[in-house]
Parts: sequence; C-alpha cells; structure tokens
Amino acid sequence: MNATSLTSILIWLPIAGALLIWLLPLSRYATGSLALLFAFAEVGFWIEQAARFDFSQSGLQMEERANWFGELGVSYHVGVYGFSLWLVGLTVVAMAACTGYGFWVGRDRPRAYFGLMLLLTGATVGVFESQDLLLFYAFFEAMLIPLYILIGVWGGARRMEATVKFVIYTMAGSLLMLAAIVVYGLKAGTFDLVDGPTSASRWLFLGFMVAFVIKAPLFPFHGWLPDAYREAPPEIAAVLSGVIAKAGLYGMLRIAITKFPEPTSFYRTTVLVLAAAALVYGSLLAFRAPDFRGVVAYSSLAQSGLIALGLFAGTDLGFDGAVLQMVAHGLISVSLFLVAGAVERRTTTGEFRLLGGMARGRPALATLLMTVGVISLAVPGSAAFAGEFLILAGVFQRAWWWSAIGAGAIVLAAMYMLRLISAVLHEARGSTVVDEALDLRPGELALVVPLVAVLLALSAWPAGISHHSFFGDNPTAAVRSQFK
Amino acid sequence: MTLHTPHIDWFAFSTVFALIGSAFLALLCAVLLPRAVRRLAAAGIAVAGFTAGLVLAVWLYVDSPNGHTVAVDAFYRDRWTALGQIILCAVGLATTLVGIEHVPGWGRGADVSRRDDHVAEFFALLLASAAGMAFFVGAANLMVLFLSLEWFSIALYVMCAIDYDLEGSLEAGLKYLIVGSFGAGALLFGSALVYGATGKISFNGIAAAIGSQGLTGDAFVVVGIALIIAGLGFKMSAAPFHMWTPDVYEGAPTTVTAWMSSATKVAALLLTFRVMTTAFPANQHLWGWAFAIIATISLAIGNFAALVQSNVKRILAYSAIAQAGFMLIGLSTGTPLGARALMYYLIPYSAAAFGSFAIIAARERELGVPVTLDNLAGFGWERPFLGVAMWFFVFGFAGLPLGGGFVGKFYVFAAAYDHGWVWLVIVGVLATLVSLYYYLGIVRAMYMRPAEELQVRPSGGVAVTGGAPARETLLQIAVGAALVVSFGSLFAVQPLIDVARDAANALPF
Repeated sequence: MNATSLTSILIWLPIAGALLIWLLPLSRYATGSLALLFAFAEVGFWIEQAARFDFSQSGLQMEERANWFGELGVSYHVGVYGFSLWLVGLTVVAMAACTGYGFWVGRDRPRAYFGLMLLLTGATVGVFESQDLLLFYAFFEAMLIPLYILIGVWGGARRMEATVKFVIYTMAGSLLMLAAIVVYGLKAGTFDLVDGPTSASRWLFLGFMVAFVIKAPLFPFHGWLPDAYREAPPEIAAVLSGVIAKAGLYGMLRIAITKFPEPTSFYRTTVLVLAAAALVYGSLLAFRAPDFRGVVAYSSLAQSGLIALGLFAGTDLGFDGAVLQMVAHGLISVSLFLVAGAVERRTTTGEFRLLGGMARGRPALATLLMTVGVISLAVPGSAAFAGEFLILAGVFQRAWWWSAIGAGAIVLAAMYMLRLISAVLHEARGSTVVDEALDLRPGELALVVPLVAVLLALSAWPAGISHHSFFGDNPTAAVRSQFK
Repeated sequence: MTLHTPHIDWFAFSTVFALIGSAFLALLCAVLLPRAVRRLAAAGIAVAGFTAGLVLAVWLYVDSPNGHTVAVDAFYRDRWTALGQIILCAVGLATTLVGIEHVPGWGRGADVSRRDDHVAEFFALLLASAAGMAFFVGAANLMVLFLSLEWFSIALYVMCAIDYDLEGSLEAGLKYLIVGSFGAGALLFGSALVYGATGKISFNGIAAAIGSQGLTGDAFVVVGIALIIAGLGFKMSAAPFHMWTPDVYEGAPTTVTAWMSSATKVAALLLTFRVMTTAFPANQHLWGWAFAIIATISLAIGNFAALVQSNVKRILAYSAIAQAGFMLIGLSTGTPLGARALMYYLIPYSAAAFGSFAIIAARERELGVPVTLDNLAGFGWERPFLGVAMWFFVFGFAGLPLGGGFVGKFYVFAAAYDHGWVWLVIVGVLATLVSLYYYLGIVRAMYMRPAEELQVRPSGGVAVTGGAPARETLLQIAVGAALVVSFGSLFAVQPLIDVARDAANALPF
C-alpha cells in the first residue's frame, strides 16, 4: 500500500464502517465486535502511518489532493505534519478505548451507537488531517452531528438542555468561522491551507478564534462545558474533553497562529489573559466541584487554558510543550472519564459525599486511579510534568508572571486531584459504596491499562512527541514558514 | 392572400407537450377506465409522462448549448430552461411515487372507495401543473410569464383542495386561491406598467427599450418592477409575501405540499433570476437591493416564526420561507456566481424539501392525525430508514455538512461576498444559527424523547385497521432517491457547478 493513501484511509475507513454497521442487520454482539475491529484497524493504520512518517523532512507528508470545486479554489486536500500525526494518534487510540467502553457497558440500540462512534472517529481524524479550509470546516461541523445524537440519546437525565447548549454554543462559533473562511478564501483565491497566504485582518482572526476558543474552551466561553461533560455518557465525555477539545486548540495552531501572524501578536496578551483565566478559574472550580466528573470537566478547562498559554507564548518551548500536553492530557482525561464511568456504574453516582473508601478490596481501581491522578497532577517525571514544564518555560520567555500564574495553577491541580483521589478511594466508606461493588473487571482494565501504559511510556520519553512535532525541532520557524 | 406564419421550433416545447399530453391522458382515465384500474393506469401515465419529460429536457439541455428564443420571442430554448425542467420532472416523478400511495386505504382493505373518485384527476393535475411550470421557467415575454403562472397556479389551487372531505384541505385551497390571485394581479399590473413604459413585452425588447430610451428611472418601470417582484415573491413564498405559506402547506395534502415546496420554488426562483437579469439589467441596483432586503426579511421571519411552531408541517413551511431567503441571497447579487449558487442550491434543496414532506406524509398515514413534534416521538427508531433520511434532510437545511445544503450555503455566501455584501453573509450566518434550534428540535423529537414517550404507538390511521405500518415501498424509493441527490451533491459539487455554469451562460451577463 502506498503511504499517501494512509491519510485518506484513516478518514474514510471508519465512515465506511459506520455505513456498513447501519446497513447490516447484525446482533448486538456482532455489531460491537465489528465496530471494535474497525477501531483497532484505525490504530493499526495509524501505527503504519507513524512508522512511515519521515521526521527529518519538512512540510506536509502523505499528501493527497483532489478537485472538489475548483472554481472557488476548494479542494479535497489532506496530509499530516508531525504535530497532526500525534493528534490523529490520540484520536484513534482514544476512540478505540471509548468504543470498547460502549461495547463493555452494552449500550442500547447498538447499531446506531456504534455507527455514530465510527462516524465521529472519521470526522475527528478529518479535522486533524485536512489542509483545505472548507474541508476542515466540514469535518469540524461533522464532528458535532454524531456528538449531538450520542449525548442526546444515550446521555443522562438533563441531556436535552446539555445538547442544546452545546450545539448552539459551538455552532455560534463555527458559523462565524464560516463567514471568516468565505472572506479569507475568496480574498486569497484559494482555500488551501498550505498555499494560502497570511492575512493581517484582525476581524478574520477573531472569526476563527471564536470557533476555537468555544471548542477548546477558554474562559469565558465554557458555558456549555459542565452540562455537556456531566450529562454525556462517560465515554462521550471522555471523547469531548480528550479529543474534541483538542480540535479547537489544533485550529489555533494550524490556522489562527500560522495564517494570521500580525493579529496573533496584536491579540497575544488578550488570549494569554483568557488562557490564564481559564487555567486559574478552571482549577478553582475543579477544587470546588462536588462530583468526580465535575473535577475532570473543570480540570479540562484548566488544561485547555494551559495549552493555549503554550501556543500563544509563541516560543519554541511553548509550542513543543503544547503539543505534548495536548496528547498527554487527552490520554489522562479519557482514562479519568472512563474510570469515572466505572465508579458511577458501581455506585450509581459520582457525588463525593456519597462516595469514599473504594480503595479497600479494589486494588486495581485504586492503583489505576492513583496512577492517572498522579500523572495528571504533573508529578515530576510524568508526561504531564514534561508538557507543563515546557509550556511554563516557553511562556516564561514571554514574561515571568505568566509562568508564575501557571505554576500556581499546578499547585491547585495537585489539590483538586488529591481531593478527588481521597474522596473516591479513601476517607470513610460512602453510603452508595457496597461490598458487592466489584473491582475493575478485566474488560475495563483492558480499556484503561493500555492508555495508562502509553502515558507511562510518554513519561519515560516525552521527547518522542515534543521533539518530533515540528520540522528540525524549531517550531517558531516552522510556524513562520507556515509549515511549508 | 397568403398568411405568413412564423417558423416555430416545436421541439423547444417538447417537455411541456409531453407533460400536458400525459395530463390529458390521465384525465381520460378518470372518465373512461373502470374504478379498479384507474389508479394504476393514471399513475403509470404520470410516471411515463414525467420520464418522457425528463428525457426530453435532458435532450434539450444537450442540444441547446447556444440559447435563443423561439416562437417570436415567446419562449427560451436554452440550458437554463432545460435544467429547470430536469429538476421539475425529477421532483414530479418522485411526487408520483409518493402520490400513488396517497389515498388512505390503499392496499389495506379499509375504505377503498373514499378517494378513488379523484385519483386520476390528482395525477392529471400534477402533470398539468408540472407542464405549466416547465412552460413558466422558459417564459421569454410578460404574456407567457403571466399565462404560465396562472396555468400552474390554477392546477395547484385544485390540488390543495383535492382532499375535499378534509376541512384543512379546502381551507388551504381557498386561501391559496385568494392570496395567489392577488399575487397574480400584482404581477399582471406590473407587467402592464412595464409594457406601458416600454411598449414591449419580450424580455429582450424591454431591456433594449429601457436602455435606448433611458427609462431606468422611469416611474412606470420602477413601480412595474416592484409589482413584478411582489407577484413572483408570492410564488417563491418569500417574506413579506409569505402569509399564505404556513396555512397552505399545513392544510394541503402532504404529497401536494411536498410538490409545491420544491417544484414551485424552483420554477419561481429560476424564472425570477431570468426576468431580472434579462429584462431589467439596467435597474440592477434597484432589484438587487430589493431582493437583498426581501432575503433578510424572509430569513428573519421564517426562522423566528419556525421556533415557536409545534406542527411539523408548519415548521417546515417556515423553514421553506427561510430557505427562500438563502436562495434570494444568490439571486440578489445578479452575478454569474450568484446564478451558479442559486442553481446549485436548488438541487439539494428541492431533494431535501420534497423528501422531508414525503416523510411527514408517511408518518401522517401511520397516525391519521397531523404530525406534531410530540407525536413524532420515537419515529426515528420505529422507521430507521425514514428517520435517518429525515435527519439528513434537516441537517442539510441547517447547512451542516451532511449534504449539498452545506455547499449551497457556502456558495450563496461566496456570491454575496463577491458582490461586496459582507453584511448579507453575516445575516445569513446569524439566520443559520437561529434555524439550528428548530431543525435540531425535529431530530430531538424523533430520537431523544424520554423513554416513556417512546411508548407512543401509532394510533388512528393504519393502526385502527390493525397491523404494522404499511411498508410504502414506493415512498421509500422516492425518499431514497432524494437522499442520494442531497448527499451526493456534497461530493459531486464540481460536475453540478459545471452544469449550472452552462445553464447560467444562457443568461445575459
């Protein structure tokens, strides 16, 4: 097989899988197995892609291009850079774990469910791989459709409000982006992200940024976040915070910063302030959140702020750290939400006042939650520590006080994470924790342990990502040259 | 004395003849054939008529690369006309498929006699209105324009009221008749004023007269244009000429609504683009702004009014008004890009509009009562194919990238920006945002209602006679075809745009 076709395969294979699942009248078990097969095939194809990726080469790789509608300069143009390769990897791994979780818990209406999960996989990979603005927009929006139905059908009691809020928020942002895309593309004569020129228009920059800061989200555009993360089924919340949020941050890097250098420096301080606000405010809210998912949800807000801090620092270390942190936090938050789902299944609740003492007699659960929690609070030596350190060092080069704020937030992270761990695992036994609530089953372990293993591997060798995201390990130069 | 008759290129009218000829045959069925075979015979004639029309329209498209008028400047033989006729015949064919099963009791042993009386007339009227529209899109002078408008309108008035034992249907027919006549009157008055000022009725002649006699600012011409816009605005159900739309769409038999919401709009928008660019190019600043404002009003009224509806047909009716607004954005630019945008937009739009009403028709037959958001609960799970098709259609309306509607919106926005109207792009974007709420509401109703509401089983209608809902194979085929068009147009943008460009080349830019 030709290496370039891997890019398209990664997008269209799961979508084809979705159609197959909808067409074949298979049993629940067969449907889930087929979906998992497709999800694992995705992981396999991604490994193949990563193996064939040449990190010593600049520019777009494994590029494919076909005419879509030429008269306006819109084409089907896909390819990967170093950093997009890692995000695609995060997507396929996280989606495989979450699809497996859906299979494990036996979601109702399996054909609809698994088809939508595969559709979501394809659309998300498409976001990270497309090199044409309209194609990017199409995938960016296409992610929303399966998410809307997945939350709306399989979500919790207040899912209606959650979905409406989520969709209206994100669409408000992305429609402004559509207007910006129309103006940018027609002015430039092409919608191609690689060929397209840079622009000095601040309005266009803002049009794009609104979509990205809502998706990420950053303070104060996070209004949809708590409801969506609480009401979604756990595996969908995992996807939302682990993967979908990264699409917004990826957009900042690939489009906003790269194509709008002048507006980026003009609004740098503004964005840094919003990012720092998200970091501190998210951490504080996480510390006060009364339930498992609330903590993870608000910590995701904080982490988005941290990553945006790294991106908009505009320094080598900042970019490297941001990419590493996107992947590391993606894996952490998927693991945490899946563990949260496992806890909720056993106790019917995620509220701390009803939980506690789960460590006793449940060593696997305790070990896993401790490991992920400790990695997530950025203990030195962990992948998250490497990412956060790089980001803080990067933003230090901008001005020292940004890192001071960031370092303060890391202390807060330790506080809310330890609070979470002790509230679930230790303290007095909660009223909903019964002896019959079993430890993690092999099926659940098989989903979460590989994620943690990848995290541990990244902790051992963070440079695997941070030094392999941009050509020549010189991100600012890569951004300045628009990744050409 | 010899009478000099002009040479007439009869082939230019072949689509119209095929359709009106089949209409006569279907009408004969109503009189001559025994009741038992009447339905199948009339439907068969309709299928044959629309297929013949489709083939002839494609032939005309291929055979008319250089557009020109025929029959003394009365009718256009060009690709703009032919492409319009192709869309009309395709929608007509699909409507026939849905219409065959329209009559309650068909194949279900219940009350067979009830509407068998008028089944052949139904197809005859469908064919006749299609013939009128096929004539209308090719109109080259004000006389033909008015004549064909009345021709298809009268057929539609009757079709709206054909379920005469239903109060809503009669009311719809009467409302449409009264409001429609008012619109036709406005159009006629406008035409008279333009004729009075220029002394011409052919579009080319009017343009030439306005140019040579400097009539651009002439009061008669300006008021005439305004009245013509109003008259045509009624037919495309653009606000503020939309008042009849929700009531008529709601009251008319759903099959007829499906036909009206896609075909009438196609015909009216294509013809309007032609009249404006051909007859009044010098007044473009005037009608361009007029349509931009009408588009804005349609987007506002259509979307906001749809938010508070609970009857699904009314929601879709207001959505149709809003969609007219989007298409008018393309029209208001009056540029070649705008023409392509409009032509492209119409293809996925007509498929989705037709398909969504056809699905409502299916639900209506199941329930025997008007479809509301409440009794749509669980529909997506009960009828998986129709449910999936419905979410494709409404997400396509909303401009999410599940169908050609997404590219269509992008194209009209591009046309507006290209014309220098960024504000119109912003209006369109905001309108899309508002529209999301009710489009998503339909999907929510179909799939996400709480479990206890999902227990709602079809009541009335079929369920009364017992047994599972009818399979309605033909309806499903028609919806499937609409789904293929709406989804396929997302991928086949370039070929469709090439076709639209060829068609738009027939217009004088």
